[in-house]
Amino acid sequence: MTANAYELIVYILTLLGVYEPILNVFQVLGIEYIFKILIVLVEVGILFVFVLLTVMFLTWMERKVVAMVQARYGPMVTGPRGLLQPVMDGVKLIGKEDIIPAKADRWIFTLAPFIVFIPALLVFIPLPFGQSLIISDLRVGLLYIIAISAVSPIAILLAGWASNNKYSLMGAMRAVAQDISYTIPLALTAIAIVLFTGSLSTVDIVNAQSGTWFGIIPKWFIFLQPLGFILFLIASIAEMGRIPFDFQESESELVAGFFTEYSGMKFAMFFLAEYAHLFAVSGIVVTLFLGGWTFPILPFVPAMLVPLVSLGIFLVKTYAVIFFAMWLRDTVPRVRIDQLLNIGWKIMVPLALLNLLLAGFLVTAGVF
Amino acid sequence: METDELIINMGPVHPSTHGVLRFKLRMDGEIIKECTPVLGYLHRGTEKLGEMKTYLQFIPYTDRLDYMSAFPNNYAYVKAVEELAGIEVPLRAEYIRVITMELNRIVNHLVSIGSLLLDLGASTMIMWGFRERENALQLFEKLCGARMTFNYIKPGGVREDIPEGFIPQLNEFLKDMEKRIEDYEQLINSNEIFLMRMKNIGVISAEDAINYGMTGPTLRGSGVDYDLRKYEPYSIYPDLDFKACVRDECDSYARYIVRIEEMKESLHILRQVVDTIPEAKIVSNPKYGVAPMTGTPSAVSTYFPRIFTPPTGEVYSRIEAPKGELGFYIASDGTTKPYRVKIRSPSFCNLTAIPKMVQGLKIPDLIAAFGTIDVVLGDVDR
Repeated sequence: MTANAYELIVYILTLLGVYEPILNVFQVLGIEYIFKILIVLVEVGILFVFVLLTVMFLTWMERKVVAMVQARYGPMVTGPRGLLQPVMDGVKLIGKEDIIPAKADRWIFTLAPFIVFIPALLVFIPLPFGQSLIISDLRVGLLYIIAISAVSPIAILLAGWASNNKYSLMGAMRAVAQDISYTIPLALTAIAIVLFTGSLSTVDIVNAQSGTWFGIIPKWFIFLQPLGFILFLIASIAEMGRIPFDFQESESELVAGFFTEYSGMKFAMFFLAEYAHLFAVSGIVVTLFLGGWTFPILPFVPAMLVPLVSLGIFLVKTYAVIFFAMWLRDTVPRVRIDQLLNIGWKIMVPLALLNLLLAGFLVTAGVF
Repeated sequence: METDELIINMGPVHPSTHGVLRFKLRMDGEIIKECTPVLGYLHRGTEKLGEMKTYLQFIPYTDRLDYMSAFPNNYAYVKAVEELAGIEVPLRAEYIRVITMELNRIVNHLVSIGSLLLDLGASTMIMWGFRERENALQLFEKLCGARMTFNYIKPGGVREDIPEGFIPQLNEFLKDMEKRIEDYEQLINSNEIFLMRMKNIGVISAEDAINYGMTGPTLRGSGVDYDLRKYEPYSIYPDLDFKACVRDECDSYARYIVRIEEMKESLHILRQVVDTIPEAKIVSNPKYGVAPMTGTPSAVSTYFPRIFTPPTGEVYSRIEAPKGELGFYIASDGTTKPYRVKIRSPSFCNLTAIPKMVQGLKIPDLIAAFGTIDVVLGDVDR
C-alpha cells in the first residue's frame, strides 16, 4: 500500500525491476537527489497534462451539455462529434494578436493571467484522485485548498485594475466582493467535516468515508451533512463564478467583466483557469461529501487495480458534479450583485453556522 | 467618504443594448443616478424616403422598421393608404393579414422573451424561442418567399394567396406551440432567481406610462386596459373572440407575463381564423383586376399597378403592433408620392420611459427593465 504518487511511481518502477539499477547509477554518481527530483517532475508533469486535457474536454463537454439542453447539436465538425473543437479554439487563440491597451499597466496586465492560472493548478496538489494518486498528502490539506483558492480574487482585481477599463474594474470589484462573502460559508461548512474526521488531511477525510452503514449506505458525509453539502455546493459555484453567480463576467451587463480587454493567449489563460477551477472545485466537493474515490465495491477489487478503479470512481463522481454545474448554468438566470451578497451574508453564513452546530451535536453524540 | 461619480457609456456596441442604442449612465458605484438614452445610430431617414418613393415602393421600407415583426408594419402602412384612397379589402385578404400579424406577434414575443432571459444570463430560452420561431418563419417563407422582410401586404389585399399545405402546417404549429408555451412557463415562471430579478424592478405607474406615451404590452403591464384591437377595432378583430391581457403589477415581471399571455391569445385568435377563413378573392379593387386564387410573382404586378394616386388629403391610421401602437400619418397632395409620411413607432415611445424606470436601480436592473421594454432599434431610429 503506497501513500502518494511518488511512492506509487517508485513501486511501479520496482515492479518493473528498473528502480534499483537506476538508483544505483545515481548513487554511484553521488546525485541521488536528482533522481528524486526527476520522479517528482514526472508525477507533476502527469498531473499537469491530465488537468490540461481535462480542461480541454470540459470546454467541449460544456458546449455539448448546453447544446443538449437547448435542442442543438453543439460542435460537430472538428473531429468525431466535435471532440477536437478545444484544439481548434487553442489554435485560434494562439493566432490572435496580443493586444495590451495603451493606457493599461503593462506589467500587471501581463502578469495577472498567470497569477490566476497558477493557483488553479496548485489546488490539485492535495487532491486525492484515487488511492495513492495524490501528489502530496498535506497535513493541512483542506486549509491549503481554501487558502490557495483565495489567491485568485487578488489576480482578478489586478487584471481589472490594470486594464484601465470601467467595465473591467467593476467586474473585478464584484468578483472580489463575491469571493470574500462566499469563502466564509465555504470554509464554515468545510470545518463541519473536519469536526467529524479530526484531521485536515484530504486522505484522512476520504478514508473516514470508506465504510458503510448497515452494509448498504456508504459512509459519505452527504448523508450526515445534507445541509452542509447544499451550502458547500452553492458556495463552490459562487467561488467558481459560474451562472447564477457569474458576476466577474456578467456579459450582458459588463461586456466581459474583468477580462474585457484581454485577447489571445492571455484570454485563454483565464479561460483555462476557469475550467481547471471547475474541475478542482468539483473534485473537492466529491472529496468532502461524496466519499472521494471510495465506493462500497472497492474492497472486492484486486489490490493491484485499486488505484486505477478508484481513479475511475473519483472521475465519475466529479463529472456528475460538473454536469450538475453545467446543467444549472443552462437553466437559471443570474442573480443581481446585491442579492448575491444578501444571500451570502444573510442566508448562507447563518445556515453554515447552524450546520456547524448540528455537526457538533452529532460528533458529541458519537454518531460518527 | 468622498466618492466620485462614474460616467459609463453603455453602447452603442454592447451585448445587451439590442443593437446600436447607447445609454449614458451617471453612476454612483453600482447605482444609476441618471440614464440618458442616446439615439440615432441607426437613422436611415425612412420618413423622408417615404416622400421620395411611390406608395407601393415604400412598402418594403416598412419591413425594415421593426424587423422582428414586419407584417404589422406592412399592414399599418397599407391600412393608412387604404383609408386614404378608400380601398375596400376582401374578407379573405383580411383573414390572411390577421393570420400573418398574429403569427408575427408570437414570433416577436418569442424573441423578446428569449433575449430578455439571455440578458439575465439564462441562455436556454432564446434557443427554445428560436426553435419555434423557425417553424413560424418557414410558414412565412411558404406564404411569401421571405423570412423577415416580407413586402407581402398590398393596398387592396395581399400579394399572393395562401399556398397549398399552409393551413395544415399552421395547425401543426399551433398544436406544437401550446405545449411549448407550457414548457417556457415551467422553465421561467417559477424560477426563484428570475422572480428576484423581475419583481418590483423597472416599476412605472399607469399614469406615468400614459404620460410617456407607452403602448402595447409595456402599457398593459402597468394595468391600463388599452389594446387597439379592442379599443379601436380594425380588420376582422371585432368578429374574433380574444381578450386584452392586462397585469396590475407595473413591474418587469408584469410585462413579461403579458407577453406570455398574449402569445396564448394569439394562438386562440389563429385557431378561430384558421377554422373560418372564407373562400374568396384576395384583391378587391376592380380597377386593378381580380387576382387569381394562386398568384405567381409575375402575375402579381399585373394586379397591383405600380403607379397609384390617392386623392388629396391626410390620414392617421394606427394598429396594435406586437410592440405597441404603430401609427402612420400620410399626407397626400394627389400625386403619385406622399407629401409627408410620419411614423409613430412603439419602440421609440416606449424607450423614452427607461430613464424614469431605472433611476436609483443598478445596471443589472437596467438590463432587465430594458429587456422587458422590447425595443428594436430599427423601429426607434427609423
